Amino acid sequence: MSFGTLQLVIRPPQNRFGWWGVGALALAILVFLWWAAVGSQINAGNLWNGIPYMWDFLVRMVPPNPEFLERLWKPALESLQVAVWGTLLGVVISLPICFFAARNLSPSPAIFHATRQLLNCLRGINEIILALIFVAAIGLGPFAGVLALAIHGAGMLGKFFAEAMEDIDEGPLEAFRSAGVGPFKTFFFGVLPQVLPTWLGTIFYRLETNVRQSTVLGMVGAGGIGFELVSSMKLFKYQDTATCILVILAMVLVADLVSSRVRALIR
Amino acid sequence: MITIEGLKKSYAGRPVLQGIDLSVKAGEFLVVLGPSGAGKSTLLRCINGLAQPDAGRTVIDGTVFDSKRAAAGKRPVAMIFQHHNLVKRLSVLKNVLVGRMAGLSSFLSMLQLFPRQDVEIAMDCLARVELAHKANSRGDQLSGGEQQRVGIARALAQQPAVILCDEPVASLDPKTSRIVLGYLKAICKAEGIAVICNLHQVDYAVEFGERIVGLSGGRVIFDDTPDHLTSEIVHQIYPGLEDPGISRVLKPRPASQPVLAPMIAPAIA
Repeated sequence: MSFGTLQLVIRPPQNRFGWWGVGALALAILVFLWWAAVGSQINAGNLWNGIPYMWDFLVRMVPPNPEFLERLWKPALESLQVAVWGTLLGVVISLPICFFAARNLSPSPAIFHATRQLLNCLRGINEIILALIFVAAIGLGPFAGVLALAIHGAGMLGKFFAEAMEDIDEGPLEAFRSAGVGPFKTFFFGVLPQVLPTWLGTIFYRLETNVRQSTVLGMVGAGGIGFELVSSMKLFKYQDTATCILVILAMVLVADLVSSRVRALIR
Repeated sequence: MITIEGLKKSYAGRPVLQGIDLSVKAGEFLVVLGPSGAGKSTLLRCINGLAQPDAGRTVIDGTVFDSKRAAAGKRPVAMIFQHHNLVKRLSVLKNVLVGRMAGLSSFLSMLQLFPRQDVEIAMDCLARVELAHKANSRGDQLSGGEQQRVGIARALAQQPAVILCDEPVASLDPKTSRIVLGYLKAICKAEGIAVICNLHQVDYAVEFGERIVGLSGGRVIFDDTPDHLTSEIVHQIYPGLEDPGISRVLKPRPASQPVLAPMIAPAIA
């Protein structure tokens, strides 16, 4: 096909049904998206009608209340503390598991699949849900948040640690085996130096994620700045809410910045 | 003296080694020639226990060698690899210490504490390949040739009876290859270490080998000194080889002298 001096260059579809196959696939995708839109009641009219209320909400938020900052310092730092220990405990939990989840180091395929599924389960449950469970189990407070972040984080860290170990150069391990070096020393001198930069990068990425997560844990009573956010909204003190949001934003931005700087340094 | 007796190995029903008998004297530099897939690597891996042979055994100085039951700290079989296999982010000295690590405490090693005697042996081995000044460099800061010399030092640190080399210069340029093979041969001669070296370059085999073993189809089809290696035998080892240069690296033979019949798997004395 050509348009004046232009010619259409498209590789013909390689499937069995040619362009009919492509058309059918496109139609199927459209139907699926339509089905999801109906289910989630996407409605441009509602959005349009809601704009004045959103504007009203925004107007009530300005100016943010600077005096509220004084009450926010402690919960904000608490969120940070929760994030730090949530990350650290996540590392501690995932470390002994991750070796069995690395295809090349796992003692057997069965153990490999079992541990991968275990890590999937840990990671599969959202932090807020875990926080609700831990609040119910050990009571309100930041420690429930630490445990929630640790459990969810262990699932993610374990998977990433294992994948880093699957990518190592196994040649050196063969040299260790040939020299009769046992498994512990082989891990410590053959595997760990190879994965350490990736592992540290993963840990800092997790810390960054946990700082973001820890700011909302307070909504379910698991400590930190999220509690102030929810209660100020419930009391219709929208200027306090605005201060909360700004502090959270600042925390997340700083965590992001520090994490990416550190990760760049390690590489 | 290291003797390999009746070594057999097959992978998924496909025989790779069909009964290999070899013996190498202390300090002897033996080169194994053969095309890819002839079983050269498998032979070395079966000797040091990286692969489990189906039949046969390795006897070192009168004792059967079993990689699994070798006494701690006693590793008479060392290996040098094509891709050096150094840990790139570890210091050169620690890479050499790997050769001594089998007998060392895990706990102390983890604290980066090593017996002074073992560190001295490692430093001495580094000095043998003239890289003592690089002890604190990181593995990946060295050139390919230097990395392979560290590989030699690591093998030496085991204080082995035999060093197995699996295509040790396959990824090095000709000049560096010669340097690396030169170090290897000189040191092993001086220390009385037997060397079994897989090569695929006929010219290096003739230059450095004191004895050449030709491997084809999982069997030894030639076992003699390099000056008995004729171009007929080279063609037997590498069927279908078309390289007029081969005859140039082989020792010229007076026309009157009849070509000796190829010696096929001579009996081990």
